[in-house]
Amino acid sequence: MSITTKDVEHVARLARLNLTQEEKETFTEQLNSILQYAEKLNELNTEDVEATTHVLHLSNVMREDVVKESLPSEKVFLNAPDEEDGQFKVPAVLE
Amino acid sequence: MSLFDLRLQEIHNKLHAKELSVTDLVGEAFAAIGERDERIQAYLTLDEAGARAAAARLDNKLVSGEEKGLLFGLPVGIKDNMVTEGLRTTCASQFLSNYNPIYDATSVLKLKQADSVTIGKLNMDEFAMGGSNENSSFQPTRNPWDLSRVPGGSSGGSAAAVAAGEAYFTLGSDTGGSIRQPASYCGVVGLKPTYGRVSRYGLVAFASSLDQIGPVTKNVEDAAYVLQAIAGYDSKDSTSANVEVADYISALTGDIKGLRIAVPKEYLEGIDPKVKETVLEALRVLESLGAVWEEVSLPHTEYAVAAYYLLASSEASSNLSRFDGVRYGVRADHAGNLLDLYHESRSQGFGPEVKRRIMLGTYALSSGYYDAYYLKAQKVRTLIKRDFDQTFEKYDVIIGPTAPTTAFPLGSQVDDPLTMYLNDILTIPVSLAGVPALSVPCGFADGLPVGLQIIGKAFDESTILRTAHAYEVHTEHHKKRPVL
Repeated sequence: MSITTKDVEHVARLARLNLTQEEKETFTEQLNSILQYAEKLNELNTEDVEATTHVLHLSNVMREDVVKESLPSEKVFLNAPDEEDGQFKVPAVLE
Repeated sequence: MSLFDLRLQEIHNKLHAKELSVTDLVGEAFAAIGERDERIQAYLTLDEAGARAAAARLDNKLVSGEEKGLLFGLPVGIKDNMVTEGLRTTCASQFLSNYNPIYDATSVLKLKQADSVTIGKLNMDEFAMGGSNENSSFQPTRNPWDLSRVPGGSSGGSAAAVAAGEAYFTLGSDTGGSIRQPASYCGVVGLKPTYGRVSRYGLVAFASSLDQIGPVTKNVEDAAYVLQAIAGYDSKDSTSANVEVADYISALTGDIKGLRIAVPKEYLEGIDPKVKETVLEALRVLESLGAVWEEVSLPHTEYAVAAYYLLASSEASSNLSRFDGVRYGVRADHAGNLLDLYHESRSQGFGPEVKRRIMLGTYALSSGYYDAYYLKAQKVRTLIKRDFDQTFEKYDVIIGPTAPTTAFPLGSQVDDPLTMYLNDILTIPVSLAGVPALSVPCGFADGLPVGLQIIGKAFDESTILRTAHAYEVHTEHHKKRPVL
């Protein structure tokens, strides 16, 4: 499998990144070389091997459904780039 | 000699004897930083006012005879990916260059409860992605043993600050070797605990199934003290382990008679011959102390780097989607609509390595490729973990080098991501298996420090600390200091 600049453009859109022409070319080359190296994994037969999502044997972690203290909203907005009336403000979602 | 060359217990004895104050210790840190951090560039943010105020409070405690915490009075530097209330936390990224956290990470809170004093925040590769600190968007940290070389990474600032005497100890984080490899390059002790041993709450997530916080110190005993203070279950991290915390300090008996050591042949292949010789010499020391070692095989070692970069990048691409320029961080100006705002903020805020990993991870998780890359890598992770499980049925610890070489020159690998990734070939398998490991100084090759990696069973930090401590008290390497 080898990836093209078009694939890189598609993935960049999924990742919400704008890439310059130069970045597109560099990433195409570098991702191809990394993915080519990753092909190495196909030397191993993993048909009957279970996937490890996590090393600890965890099942769902539950807690009592009780109200606890949460962060005060004035603190939450301290780092907000823009806010108004207790809400994060962003530009228009629809044109 | 620096005050920071004293062991924790020696410092505490001097504090109790009133030969020393916490203010003196904090003064020592800032004097060292003032004298040499311009050259080392380990710190991104300093909190001198906060540290001096904390020192005065602790000195009062000394007078009043109140109960004192385990790490009383010790100046600590924190890797800049752990949030610190009111103290800028950047992850060495432009995206977070203005971010002022509103709470403390659990590990930071535990250090405060143990009465240590936060000096400042330490440089790292941006979002912990890298092995040289050259991916910091602010500055490259330099290796105190040779300023033309990298300190390693991603916790390069954490290792360099300890080696340069700019903090008594530091916290780092390790995803694929990010505590152990810089500890090796800088000639200090670095411990990555078992996955889940230390809470990740407040650690800015890179790869959630791998990330773990741990100490960087000048000696093994101090590492045991710091781990004692930060280990334990935390209800705020659902992946923290509800397993009893051992007494790490009393585990340091000095006795390793009969210890069974496995040395994987794969860990000695293709490494720098001088590094190999240094490690073999360390094994002879352990043998002289009554341990026995045998060569074993961890057959899936060669697949670890490929599996790791797919898994870690996939997790990173998901974790870093939170950086959208809406709630915190640097927002791009003049975005026409919300989608532009996401695109522009992320494109301006992230550096090249972060973008590369987001791209790789997004690709590996994207429709049509998930099975071929992500799922395949998770299955290979199982095989790698089995290598460790089987070895630990017969052996107490696994030992090898921490890194295949000593610290490399700045700029020598920046254009070749794959070569850079291969520096982590001996630390990554351990991370995938989730088991604990530490790097302890074991000598020098051409004047540069070499680290010995001691790997243990899950939740058996006691045995690796005991082994490293026994080695350390019979050798002098950890006492050598760079000339600065």
